[in-house]
Amino acid sequence: MRTLKAKILAMLALWVVWMLLTAPWSGQEAIAGAIIAILVAFLPLFPASLLGDLKLGPKALVYMVAYFFVFIKALVLSNLDVAFRVLHPKLPIDPGIVKVRTRLKTPLGRLLLANSITLTPGTITVEMRGEDVFVHWIKVAATDPESATEAIVTGFEKYLEVICG
Amino acid sequence: MADTVFGIATAITVLGLALAGYRFLKGPWAIDRTVALDVMTIITTSLIVAFALFSGRRIYVDVGMVYGLVGFVGVVALARYLEGGL
Amino acid sequence: MTAIIGAFLSLIGALFFLLSGIGLIRMPDAFNRMQAGTKATTLGSILFLIGIGLQKPEYLGRTIILVVFIVLTNPVSSNALARAAHGYRKHIGARLEPDALAEADEAAEVASKTTANKEAVHGD
Repeated sequence: MRTLKAKILAMLALWVVWMLLTAPWSGQEAIAGAIIAILVAFLPLFPASLLGDLKLGPKALVYMVAYFFVFIKALVLSNLDVAFRVLHPKLPIDPGIVKVRTRLKTPLGRLLLANSITLTPGTITVEMRGEDVFVHWIKVAATDPESATEAIVTGFEKYLEVICG
Repeated sequence: MADTVFGIATAITVLGLALAGYRFLKGPWAIDRTVALDVMTIITTSLIVAFALFSGRRIYVDVGMVYGLVGFVGVVALARYLEGGL
Repeated sequence: MTAIIGAFLSLIGALFFLLSGIGLIRMPDAFNRMQAGTKATTLGSILFLIGIGLQKPEYLGRTIILVVFIVLTNPVSSNALARAAHGYRKHIGARLEPDALAEADEAAEVASKTTANKEAVHGD
């Protein structure tokens, strides 16, 4: 069941990419693309298992949209933060690596969490080991794992837990 | 109007590429050069797509996409090599 | 009209590219250069490429694919670079006030040494 869901999602993703590549659309190209997408997604070794972690209930879809906007907001804020730090004459940085914890178990959730942390204000994921995530923080505000987790991870985790466990 | 603004945007992008290239030449360590190479890859990908707009030939957008793919693989391979895992 | 909006989006994106270049020059060590480089180029390329797509709608599909690809892969390459840079943190003179990863590495090393010693004692 889970692999079937993964394969159908991979098929849809391949077809959407194909449709974006063949920009002035025609019916024949759409059908040919759909057939090839089905064939490729159901190849035995096609790496689609990552997409099987995605949940597709109505609540998960709402959280996906909300997560998208949270992510965009974090991306813009982090760029304004970088602009402030780079253009400030005194370079207000105080870097360090802190340890935070995550409750996410699935590979897709952990991938999205690591990418999100990298694109949020002042943080870069350095290493993930089990439930520990090591984060380079350009201005360390808290060194103990609990408050650092509160500051860095919690904002994304509550969405990602619903989207992909 | 749009062409002038986009020309200015491309000039600013080339300036950013030149600053990253300065860091790439100056170093001082291999890891600094690789970080600069990462930034230069992304900026060059965007510039190739901009060149497609200037020359009016759609094939350069595809060239930019392939350049982005290959550049990503190259940077990750270099990082793995510096880490000692390759 | 959309062409002018697209051109101005590209201009904002180009300013973020310039910001990443300035960040690479000004920041003191590889980790902080990564901070400036990754974030600014990600938002910069999103704005620049979407701006190009708005100026020429037949490119929009491809530029959207390129944007999704860059948003997914740029953090991955910076993560790989950060792990590599952590191995060279003493050489590059990176200032890391709390360094939790080095502490965890040391703890793991000490643990493996003590178990090895115990096994050696058992072996005798």
